[in-house]
Amino acid sequence: MSLLRTIGLMLLFLLATLSSSGAAEADLRGIIAKFATVTDFSETGAVVQELTATGDPAVERPLAALADGNLYIRTADSMVFVGKEGDENVQLFDPLSGEAAGEASEDDITKITVNNTLRRAIRDALGTLTLGSKDPTVRIAAADTMFKTPDAANIEPLDTAIANESVASVKALLEQARAASVLVSDRPDADKLAAIALIGARGDRGAVSLLTSVEANASGAVKEAATAAIASINSTLAFWDAGQNIWYGISLGSVLLLAAIGLAITFGVMGVINMAHGEMVMLGAYTTFVVQQVIRTSFPGLFDWSLVIALPLAFAVSALVGLIIERGVIRFLYGRPLETLLATWGVSLILQQAVRSIFGPTNQEVGNPSWMSGSFDIGQLAITWNRLWILVFALTVFGVLLYVMKRTPWGLQMRAVTANRRMAASMGIRTPWVDALTFALGSGIAGIAGVALSQIDNVSPNLGRGYIIDSFMVVVFGGVGNLWGTLVGAFSLGIVNKFLEPYAGAVLGKIVVLVLIILFIQKRPRGLFALKGRAVEA
Amino acid sequence: MRGNFSTITKMFSASVVAAGLLMSAPAKAADDTIKVGILHSLSGTMAISETTLKDAMLMLIDEQNAKGGLLGKKLEAVVVDPASNWPLFAEKARELISKDKVAAVFGCWTSVSRKSVLPVFSELDNILFYPVQYEGEESERNVFYTGAAPNQQAIPAVDYLMSKDGGSVKRWVLEGTDYVYPRTTNKILEAYLKSKGVAAEDIMTNYTPFGFSDWQTEVSAIKKFGSAGKKTAVVSTVNGDANVPFYKELGNQGIKAEDIPVMAFSVGEEELAGLDTKPLVGHLAAWNYFESVNTPENKKFIADWHKFIKNNKRTTNDPMEAHYIGFNMWVKAVQKAGTTDPDKVIDAMIGVSVPNLTGGYSTMMPNHHITKPVLIGEIQANGQFETVSKTPGLVMGDEWSDYLPDSKDLISDWRAPLSCGNFNVKTGKCGGKGTN
Repeated sequence: MSLLRTIGLMLLFLLATLSSSGAAEADLRGIIAKFATVTDFSETGAVVQELTATGDPAVERPLAALADGNLYIRTADSMVFVGKEGDENVQLFDPLSGEAAGEASEDDITKITVNNTLRRAIRDALGTLTLGSKDPTVRIAAADTMFKTPDAANIEPLDTAIANESVASVKALLEQARAASVLVSDRPDADKLAAIALIGARGDRGAVSLLTSVEANASGAVKEAATAAIASINSTLAFWDAGQNIWYGISLGSVLLLAAIGLAITFGVMGVINMAHGEMVMLGAYTTFVVQQVIRTSFPGLFDWSLVIALPLAFAVSALVGLIIERGVIRFLYGRPLETLLATWGVSLILQQAVRSIFGPTNQEVGNPSWMSGSFDIGQLAITWNRLWILVFALTVFGVLLYVMKRTPWGLQMRAVTANRRMAASMGIRTPWVDALTFALGSGIAGIAGVALSQIDNVSPNLGRGYIIDSFMVVVFGGVGNLWGTLVGAFSLGIVNKFLEPYAGAVLGKIVVLVLIILFIQKRPRGLFALKGRAVEA
Repeated sequence: MRGNFSTITKMFSASVVAAGLLMSAPAKAADDTIKVGILHSLSGTMAISETTLKDAMLMLIDEQNAKGGLLGKKLEAVVVDPASNWPLFAEKARELISKDKVAAVFGCWTSVSRKSVLPVFSELDNILFYPVQYEGEESERNVFYTGAAPNQQAIPAVDYLMSKDGGSVKRWVLEGTDYVYPRTTNKILEAYLKSKGVAAEDIMTNYTPFGFSDWQTEVSAIKKFGSAGKKTAVVSTVNGDANVPFYKELGNQGIKAEDIPVMAFSVGEEELAGLDTKPLVGHLAAWNYFESVNTPENKKFIADWHKFIKNNKRTTNDPMEAHYIGFNMWVKAVQKAGTTDPDKVIDAMIGVSVPNLTGGYSTMMPNHHITKPVLIGEIQANGQFETVSKTPGLVMGDEWSDYLPDSKDLISDWRAPLSCGNFNVKTGKCGGKGTN
């Protein structure tokens, strides 16, 4: 008897402590448990709706996990957990409290699948729930989703949030989100006109998108205001579009410059038609891949530094291969451009197949360090970090190369050999070694270009093929033998290409550029900046 | 240089010797082994996709031999390398059939390589199994198409996007690489979308060259097109290599699958292997097979594959499954016919039914296309696809699209007495589009 009573007392005590965390939690757990029995996406959606309807901020954890595909059901007891994939097992956490709840192997648990529609629904729901978050970036994200999915029911929570908001920039976003919600509500026209003015000031594509749907559904003054606002946004956007084309052109130009700058030395300065140039770029990209592989397995903390580490290594690998090619093949073929062309073409095939045999024919994954991912906005212009860094990098490489050529003794020897080989030899310069080192320098620079290009392109044995034609085009257009010509050539081709692309399409744009270059070469056979040198004499 | 010489010799052998040899081909091959030709590029641009298929075929042949071979004989693989060079495909095909006397050939990836070998196969009367999804508008007596026709991939994919689950898409971007497959597929899709009431201004079509790597303008055009207040989706027929920079740009410009999903027809597990897929979660692909499909057949296939290739990270993909189906169909047809004589096997193939890897059976239809389920998958953070939709039944490959004006009256039926790949039901005559 006394035993039973003790147990009863203990149960009561337990219940009392539990109820302090609220009967609501039990309800939430009841709803979450329903995930275990869903059979399709619409049922999962119904459970998500039920959870968000509670309005309890605690549902953020399970919902966010669901959207990320991290919500699991344990097969044995149909319990729902938040999971985190480890090396072998999945670590389980309680969906509400987030406390650790052991581990499970992947066979013992099933993931609750989500699709885009559900992810969207969850994101919208979380928007309202996270308005009061302490983290301003979360509030910004919330304001953003609420702007995109306006709902009359959002006005009240937004009013509270605006009243409590202390950061000015977040407040402005919240007000825009509120304006968007006002537009879909049945508030008086005066409110709506104010809202349109507020959204019109935002001036981006999201605003156009919203106002277009308002324009379609409204009438009278509201419709007119929306039309006017759209027209004014569109005219500013047209201006930004031009700016965007220039930026894209500069960015494409920087890629062309990187690809061509090594060739500007081997072809431009030395006059070697090096068809294996693209493969030097590829070797650089594969060096990056190997470096990242080593870092991933041995020093995961260094990942953001992987590109910096890869730079000297890529230079060394490509320069070494270039040196071997020059000493092994090219030096026997100086002055015989046709044979050089065929021989280096053969070398390029050998290198491709070698890489294919070692690494396999498939693409290799080269990750972006965190500082090269994502984008930022200048006005209505989205600038991606990786493109910006590649531009900076291309200009740096160009600057360093220019310094080496113009300001160092080695550069002087190089230029001397180019200008007059016999005279240079008579002055005691060992011309064969200058040739070899110049070729190695050109190849090494192609290698570091490969490090940068691995960030925006496939790392596959065919990587170099895509750049060889463009590189020759840039060097020939810019003027053989002149580094400045390569710079100007790369950027002008890039910008012309990007201005043509929106009108003519990518395919026709490329053809037009090619035709323009042919016409230009007819007029000025030595390119933009002609220079006297061995290449010209040959 | 060597190539030219061998071409000349081959032309002689083809015209003079081949005819005589071919008569005795089954008898000669009957000696000890049955030879199977594998015609996939092992070097050049297409090696990235085709090498895997060569390995898959070697594995299937090994397995068949372990089961005791075929008709009491061992199978022997004959591997040649057409080096991503389209005319070389025809040359190598001729070599396989005339010189090596193979009983059937498994090969080709691009449509242009298939078109290049067609005359060889009809002239020398052999069998080609073509494992890749393609644009349709073709049905040849000597070819069995085990990949998807447009109605087994493109149309169901668009249907999914139009459905409530797929987001009720109203505005469409058709983005493709500039060659025959995307152009034909997009033509079919445009006609289909218009038949579903989509206005012309809600469809944007754009093409880019092979291996395109600078997607900034295209992606921002998609962004602009998608901000017209209607739900927008991209249908991508962008080919192999250009996909990685395309997806990287999408990720960097912050286009999320929840806002503008991209449905791809040429992106499989293999393409994703070269990518960090975290920013791409939710973008879609339509195939007839995903590595993630949870069936006992598929689990065994993946385990066998990892063991054969000695690498636990190598992925499997849809064209591999197509070869799996095609090879097993051929084995069954040979057993049914009791001979490897291509003529008899071609007749025996129709109606053959073998298990596929997604838990059902695929059957060879009289139009030389097969029945398959259509799966829609979403990209996951681990580089795999997760099936979000599957057609309730099997879809029969439709070679002549019903949505193109010059092919909608054509049908193909290779059974006697019709025996025609482009029979026009309106005029009642064999021969229409596709007759050369």
